Amino acid sequence: MPFDAANLLPILPEIVVAITASLVLMVDLYLKDKRKGVNHALAVIGLLVAIGFTGAVGGGAQELFFDGNVVRDAMSDLLKGAVLVISIFAFVYAQPWLKDRGLMVGEYYALGLFAVLGMLVMIDANSFLTLYLGLELLALCFYALVAFDRDSPTGSEAAMKYFVLGALGSGMLLYGISMIYGATGSIEFGVVAQAIAEQGTKDKVLIFGIAFLVIGIGFKFGAVPFHMWVPDVYEGAPTPVALFLSSAPKIAAFALAVRLLVDAMGGLQADWQGMLAILAVLSMGLGNLVAIAQTNIKRMMAYSAISHVGFIFLGLLAGSSQGYSAAMFYAIVYALTTAGAFGIMIILSRKGFDVEHLEDLRGLNDRDSWYAAMMAIMMFSAAGVPPTVGFMAKLLVLEAVVRVDMVWLALVAVFFSIIGAYYYLRVVKLMYFDRPTTDAPILTSGGVRAVMSVNGLTILFLGLFPAALLSLCQGAFA
Amino acid sequence: MIALSDYLILSGILFCLAVAGIFLNRKNVIILLMCIELMLLAVNTNFIAFSHFLQDMTGQVFVFFILTVAAAEAAIGLAILVVLFRNRRTINVQDLDRLKG
Repeated sequence: MPFDAANLLPILPEIVVAITASLVLMVDLYLKDKRKGVNHALAVIGLLVAIGFTGAVGGGAQELFFDGNVVRDAMSDLLKGAVLVISIFAFVYAQPWLKDRGLMVGEYYALGLFAVLGMLVMIDANSFLTLYLGLELLALCFYALVAFDRDSPTGSEAAMKYFVLGALGSGMLLYGISMIYGATGSIEFGVVAQAIAEQGTKDKVLIFGIAFLVIGIGFKFGAVPFHMWVPDVYEGAPTPVALFLSSAPKIAAFALAVRLLVDAMGGLQADWQGMLAILAVLSMGLGNLVAIAQTNIKRMMAYSAISHVGFIFLGLLAGSSQGYSAAMFYAIVYALTTAGAFGIMIILSRKGFDVEHLEDLRGLNDRDSWYAAMMAIMMFSAAGVPPTVGFMAKLLVLEAVVRVDMVWLALVAVFFSIIGAYYYLRVVKLMYFDRPTTDAPILTSGGVRAVMSVNGLTILFLGLFPAALLSLCQGAFA
Repeated sequence: MIALSDYLILSGILFCLAVAGIFLNRKNVIILLMCIELMLLAVNTNFIAFSHFLQDMTGQVFVFFILTVAAAEAAIGLAILVVLFRNRRTINVQDLDRLKG
């Protein structure tokens, strides 16, 4: 079988990220401890170049490469861009934190970049094999990253829990994949979808497979009842890793769900719709209710993540192109918001002190009013208060659900988001109406402040003018 | 002649054993790692059985990838286990309760 070099063109962003990761690994060997910042610069430059290539090779109709194992379409262009941008945010926020704690080593950047590569491969996947390899590359890097602070007992415990439950999730997913392979005779999404259309949806093996697939997706997203790992990992992981873990991989998980459920299993929508509805309602309910009881802000963000996953599932289960694009919009917006919120936590941390409790945010307005404003924007967006983009995202998802006559689901979602608003607004109250407990100065570099401003203002801007991003999302499922 | 369903039942049993092992085991983290391996092997059995009865090589190729990834996964799992033991002086599942979840 001759190899066609044209195959390499659409995966240029992946190639760039892979080269950057390898380069960081090698360059790191020759860097003195004082000059580890070079790794950071390399990683950010690599990601910027990858964004450039994503734009350059993107656009146009759907194309298949590598004998149908890789796809490039409007969805992969947008999601790849979003993952890369948010990864840059994650790296920039992480740098001062790592430097203060002597963790500024090349491995962090190498593992992070390989995780980004895994996400890109997942987004590009058009067969179960590609998808699985991307997923595992992402997961293996993150297991190691969670345990990155080697002397932290909670970090290693969190990593162990994440590892065991993550591997369990992958196992479930694989078992489902093997069943679907058996029922359809192929691992390529297009062929699988065709086989399902031809032989009907009554096959027991197929139904069995899709159930395991949905469980696997639930594990990877952290949806209730497969959410046990989320709060522990968020709490135990170093804050920059929690930031990374909670933002970009959610976009990749969205791609995973769309590729599996829509591209491959679109014919079985009636079967997975019900399962997703259960997961969505449970996630929104439990996530929002338990988040109220948290005093640890990282755990609160974890339960908030669980509840947002419920919203993403709502858009998916609507099963219309409107629903998919709404869910995509939601996933991207959520990743931006959570990156910013964790970014503030990193900024407020200093050597020997990590922001862990809600109390630590007390009186932030008196200490630094700009960061307080940014955090308030993040919280309003997460709660879904206009004019932030979180409101638009929720509105679009609810509209899609109502359009397919599932009004009761929309009502449940609204009910729980009103409950959820309480704990987001509590953070705003702590920042603006309470006295600060410390007057330690907030030392940040200009770069971090600039990126945080971009992050916060983007959320505000997208809320006022959502049309551009929205039309991109709609174009992906036109 | 061994039928396809026999293989599927075998792999189903293996898979259930692995999942039960993960949830019931309260003693040792290493047993958890073994259960994870068992789960992946159950999947491999499934793939090979289907591959044979469908007369299609794809399933067997997939198995090679799963084996490779499983090796990497075991390496990372054991590395985390070493770090965990160094920090906590225990690998007892019940003692992993510093984070409430």
